[in-house]
Amino acid sequence: MINPFEILETINMIEKENLDIRTITMGISLKNCVDPDIDRACEKVYNKITTYAKDLVKVGKDIEKQYGIPIINKRISVTPISHLVDALDEKTTANCVKLAKALDRAAKTVGVNFIGGYSALVHKGFTEGEMALINSIPEALSSTDIVCSSVNVGTTKAGINMDAVKIMGEIIKKAAELTKDSGGFACAKLVVFTNAVEDNPFMAGAFHGEGEGECVINVGVSGPGVVKCALEQVKGEPFDVVADTIKKTAFKITRMGQLVAKEASKRLNVPFGIVDLSLAPTPAVGDSVAYILEEMGLEKCGTHGTTAALALLNDAVKKGGVMASSHVGGLSGAFIPVSEDAGMIAATKCGALSLEKLEAMTCVCSVGLDMIVIPGDTDSSTISAIIADESAIGMVNTKTTAVRIIPAPGKNVGDVVEFGGLLGSGPVMSVKNYSSCEFINRGGRIPAPLQALKN
Amino acid sequence: MRAVITVIGKDTVGIIAKVSALLLKYNINILDISQTIMQDLFTMIMLVDMRGATPSDLSDELKEIEKEMNLSIRVQNEDIFNSMHRI
Repeated sequence: MINPFEILETINMIEKENLDIRTITMGISLKNCVDPDIDRACEKVYNKITTYAKDLVKVGKDIEKQYGIPIINKRISVTPISHLVDALDEKTTANCVKLAKALDRAAKTVGVNFIGGYSALVHKGFTEGEMALINSIPEALSSTDIVCSSVNVGTTKAGINMDAVKIMGEIIKKAAELTKDSGGFACAKLVVFTNAVEDNPFMAGAFHGEGEGECVINVGVSGPGVVKCALEQVKGEPFDVVADTIKKTAFKITRMGQLVAKEASKRLNVPFGIVDLSLAPTPAVGDSVAYILEEMGLEKCGTHGTTAALALLNDAVKKGGVMASSHVGGLSGAFIPVSEDAGMIAATKCGALSLEKLEAMTCVCSVGLDMIVIPGDTDSSTISAIIADESAIGMVNTKTTAVRIIPAPGKNVGDVVEFGGLLGSGPVMSVKNYSSCEFINRGGRIPAPLQALKN
Repeated sequence: MRAVITVIGKDTVGIIAKVSALLLKYNINILDISQTIMQDLFTMIMLVDMRGATPSDLSDELKEIEKEMNLSIRVQNEDIFNSMHRI
């Protein structure tokens, strides 16, 4: 029998340190739902999702009860919807929004928390359907509740599509305006990626990629609280000990994810894809990535040393987790979404954490500028320039980067925007007042970097 | 399915009796049992063979015992501990 200390350690992690499975995400291919007629396409999409995912929520709940481990979200990711738009006879905004509403309806019918894949991959250029989908994003996100959208504007292999970067700045502004009553909430459901991954179970950036099969189960674990508590036991020890402690903890957390993923895959009779071993914070106190960094000896997250601390954390999480799962994928690493992390919120409020520091941190974390609220009157070209900077980091470092930024209408530096739930609340951060307009207006493509030429 | 039942709380008369009576009712077999005092709390850990019963079957009645005796009781599939602590 397993010894009592180990049993109690597991229970403690769940009870007191917020260990949970963040999400079971079912990836569903919609490739066979294409149709020139919009109503038929919507019907096919709705029917397929509600058939494939009909037991997803129930199975999630059953596993939760049987193993006594909380599973916070059940989600669905689908083939980028731009594929369906491209097949339509009439590629209009109204038709795109109809598809978004069909996704929303299907997701609500099966009872999942989010559905992702209202997406387009345009890192090298646009098709007609992709352009139509991108233009419809503000309306689609403001007229649905749980649909999430993402656009990939760059890759290491292809470079950065600066036309797409320019458009996305404008789209983000429009999406914020259309949801100004809720602080620009639509932007919280929209991610601009570079090097987007095809099997990410986390929102808002999840979609079921081109290389994926018919249906797949991906699981995202969480557990910043557990890592923080483990580090409390090694106060003052050198970094070798810190890294080892994080690795051991990440291993244990990931084993939970692997167990749940295997079990869900078996019960749903759907192949297991990957475990995404990310440290995903929530606004709950004790579930923060910032507090892990502070536990390493930083007075406040965002001060000098934060990037080094995050680099160590991100790497140790991967090293510990990778042995615990047969297939690791997704974004895997440490997330740093400002509004979703109690420690980040506090660090921003007191001025320790700035947009510039966050940008540096994204060079070594798993994703990018995430859930950052900026003044509502920020020019769209400035938003595009922020996206361009972040894309460049991703492109050159061969990593995924993302921008999920909210220009909250009517809000200024010093205000706080409440999103509620897992999305938390975001203090408005300042951006540079100098224009990037001429830079963004050039358009064209930033060529792929030397790193791309590996063949 | 084998499950681990953990009972944590202030030591009092009849904890084992109450819990094992419930297990008997559902025809659940106790394979191993250990108890200790940890951080001033009575901690009992049982390994049981559920014999077809599921943790949800017991949950209502366990909640009653939890409330009555001021305990915290959990029934979890053994695999969660095996997967976390054994390679």
